[in-house]
Amino acid sequence: MSTKKEEYSKYYVPDQSIWPIVGALALGLIAFGAGHFTIEASKQEEGFGHYVLGAGMLVLLIMLVGWFGDQIRESRQGLYNEQLGRSYKQGMSWFIFSEVMFFLAFFGALFYARMIAVPWLGGASNNVATGEILWPAFEAIWPLTTTPDGTTTQAMGWFGLPLMNTAILVVSSVTLHFAHVALEEDKRKALTSWLIVTIVLGLIFLGFQGYEYVHAYRDLGLTMQSGIYGNTFFLLTGFHGLHVTLGAILLIVMLGRVLKGHFTKDDQFGFQAAAWYWHFVDVVWLLLFVFVYII
Amino acid sequence: MSTTVTDTHGAHDAHDDHHDHKPTGIKRWLFTTNHKDIGSMYLWFSFAMFLVGGSMALMIRAELFQPGMQIIDPHFFNQMTTMHGVIMVFGAVMPAFVGLANWMIPMMIGAPDMALPRMNNWSFWILPFAFLIMLSSFFMPGGAPAFGWTFYAPLSTTYSTDSTALFVFSMHIMGMSSIMGAINVIVTIMNMRAPGMNYMKMPLFVWTWFITAFLLIAVMPVLAGVVTMVLTDKYFGTSFFDAAGGGDPVLFQHLFWFFGHPEVYIMILPSFGIVSAIIPAFARKPLFGYASMVYATAAIAGLSFLVWAHHMFTTGMPTFASLFFMYMTMLIAVPTGVKVFNWVSTMWRGSMTFETPMLFSLAFVILFTIGGFSGIMLAITPVDYQYHDTYFVVAHFHYVLVTGAVFSIMAAAYYWLPKWSGVMYDDFLSKLHFWCSLVSVNILFFPMHFVGLAGMPRRIPDYAMQFADINQIVSIGGFLFGFSQLIFLAVALKCAFKKGEPAPAKPWEGAEGLEWTVPSPAPYHTFDVPPKV
Repeated sequence: MSTKKEEYSKYYVPDQSIWPIVGALALGLIAFGAGHFTIEASKQEEGFGHYVLGAGMLVLLIMLVGWFGDQIRESRQGLYNEQLGRSYKQGMSWFIFSEVMFFLAFFGALFYARMIAVPWLGGASNNVATGEILWPAFEAIWPLTTTPDGTTTQAMGWFGLPLMNTAILVVSSVTLHFAHVALEEDKRKALTSWLIVTIVLGLIFLGFQGYEYVHAYRDLGLTMQSGIYGNTFFLLTGFHGLHVTLGAILLIVMLGRVLKGHFTKDDQFGFQAAAWYWHFVDVVWLLLFVFVYII
Repeated sequence: MSTTVTDTHGAHDAHDDHHDHKPTGIKRWLFTTNHKDIGSMYLWFSFAMFLVGGSMALMIRAELFQPGMQIIDPHFFNQMTTMHGVIMVFGAVMPAFVGLANWMIPMMIGAPDMALPRMNNWSFWILPFAFLIMLSSFFMPGGAPAFGWTFYAPLSTTYSTDSTALFVFSMHIMGMSSIMGAINVIVTIMNMRAPGMNYMKMPLFVWTWFITAFLLIAVMPVLAGVVTMVLTDKYFGTSFFDAAGGGDPVLFQHLFWFFGHPEVYIMILPSFGIVSAIIPAFARKPLFGYASMVYATAAIAGLSFLVWAHHMFTTGMPTFASLFFMYMTMLIAVPTGVKVFNWVSTMWRGSMTFETPMLFSLAFVILFTIGGFSGIMLAITPVDYQYHDTYFVVAHFHYVLVTGAVFSIMAAAYYWLPKWSGVMYDDFLSKLHFWCSLVSVNILFFPMHFVGLAGMPRRIPDYAMQFADINQIVSIGGFLFGFSQLIFLAVALKCAFKKGEPAPAKPWEGAEGLEWTVPSPAPYHTFDVPPKV
């Protein structure tokens, strides 16, 4: 008991901080700005939305730099203890769980469309009459290259670029693991190199992904407007791409900290959190590759 | 003196080492990392939203006082029903529970604060911004969202007004707030319990919030996903919910209710915890069947993921699916029945007294059970074809949400107000509040069962002549209930300004738990040294 009590009495309640409310202001500006920007863009009007959105992004950036700066400073001053470290780790795991559930919503939409919505439109289950009356010419196939109202597109193959991207992301997960092993063994040089390799692989992935989108829009006619196949394709890969971007930014910040000599075997929460996040986006990609591209 | 919470403050506050130091002025509230301050802000915010959402309900009831169009036009009526629902669910009930969690969980488990105090402040302050954005949509061309709080497609996509984008983005940041709040609660409970406070010793309020937090983290992201699809369907030409592009409007309902059904348990599980604290205190007996309460809560939470389509029986699902969701839904009555049985057994042969928190709790047990029974009726697929989208449904969910969730929040407020403020609440006013609320809430919601069974549809600003009498009674009940809540405002303000008898550390003879071991009002930093459990 006594050890637990000791640990407990060293509990650290952080100071007051300006950053949470700055963060709330940033999110408020972003939501308000993004809302108005969306409305204005859909009507092709000039408005104030994008200014508010931009201001919100700026405030968010200032908040992130300030808040993380405070955290890092306090952590370096040794104010944090093991209990707080556990709280951070658990908090990060639950955050990743919430991200899993976010992707689940989009995978759910994909499965529903493939297993239920599209077959039913074609007359499956007890929907023969629906199929006959609404769109008699509609053929229920996946990928849905011709929608009921006649929009056509081509499907994205899995061979080539997507396969290469899969390999890149899997390898980047492995290299990040090597970086972590190097950190555990206190091999700073290896840590830095493996981390750089991981970041570069991540950026290559993003580049290829952007190229694939251009290819989809220009050559395949696969767009956001081309029916449920294109919708699930772009929303799933798009949100995944956003998460890779965020993960890459996290890793770049970690690289900066590694270069400044931060992190040891016992003090590495920031690095670990970024690494977990990276492995998580990797796993999501594997599911994406199977369910969006191959099957 | 051992190293304590306040001693380890960082560089900015190095001068601060006496124990009950409070930052002063507006900065205390804006930059706070204190679970009690944040809890109070949540509670006041929630009450303000309760009044805003309530005044929208009164506008609905004023319009429905007589058949025909009287006061507001149908489009504005739709905005009222929508915003009433959104504000009550996301602005009043959920933040009230988070406020209670903030205040009580650290004190109940013997922790000095929440595990992640700065994120805690962030979670709170997102809410006022989110609701400002939501309410600002009233001033846009076309007005506020008018598609019901369930925002079914295509009402929210093809047929919605401009403000949909604001609705979507404010939902997004509300969701972030909820997820961060839930992560904080769950990490606090897992990581901050005092030595000896093992899981099966935790008060039930902590247990129910533990499970609620899990539900929040699991389903709020799904809500974020579905509002995103609404946004892209409306503004970016996707067709998730449009059959012409290969999608399906029913997909919206599946996704929404996958979030929505766990969401209704998010709004009731903490109530179970509150009532499980109050009834033993005033029956002066330990809670009957503690362990079964914990397992029942977990069972309800687990089942909540498997019942969502009982909101959708009339969409033409295959019979197999309807039957599955019907039986799963009825199964929930079993763990819920365990809970009601345990509360009644706790009171059996107890030395009962009827202070205001107990009155609200008793009303909760009886009236929530009525809401539960009408829930079982609605779960029966064939008869749901008749009840669907009628006032019977409105009666059902207001019995579980108003006489359920809101009554338990009132009970909690009266139970812990002495601890929060250090003074006893005004007994006469509190009893007046209870009896006015109890009588008026039944005038308000009970007759809705009858018009619903007779076929009056919900969400329509006009109705057939034969429903006129009952609607008048309902509207009178609505106004009585609405204005009765101002009595609570008076009670709360009196406590906030310390008008009242000083409260002892433990004002309730039979109350148990760590929160009663600290003085009233609870010191700014509770538990400098870990309590012994």
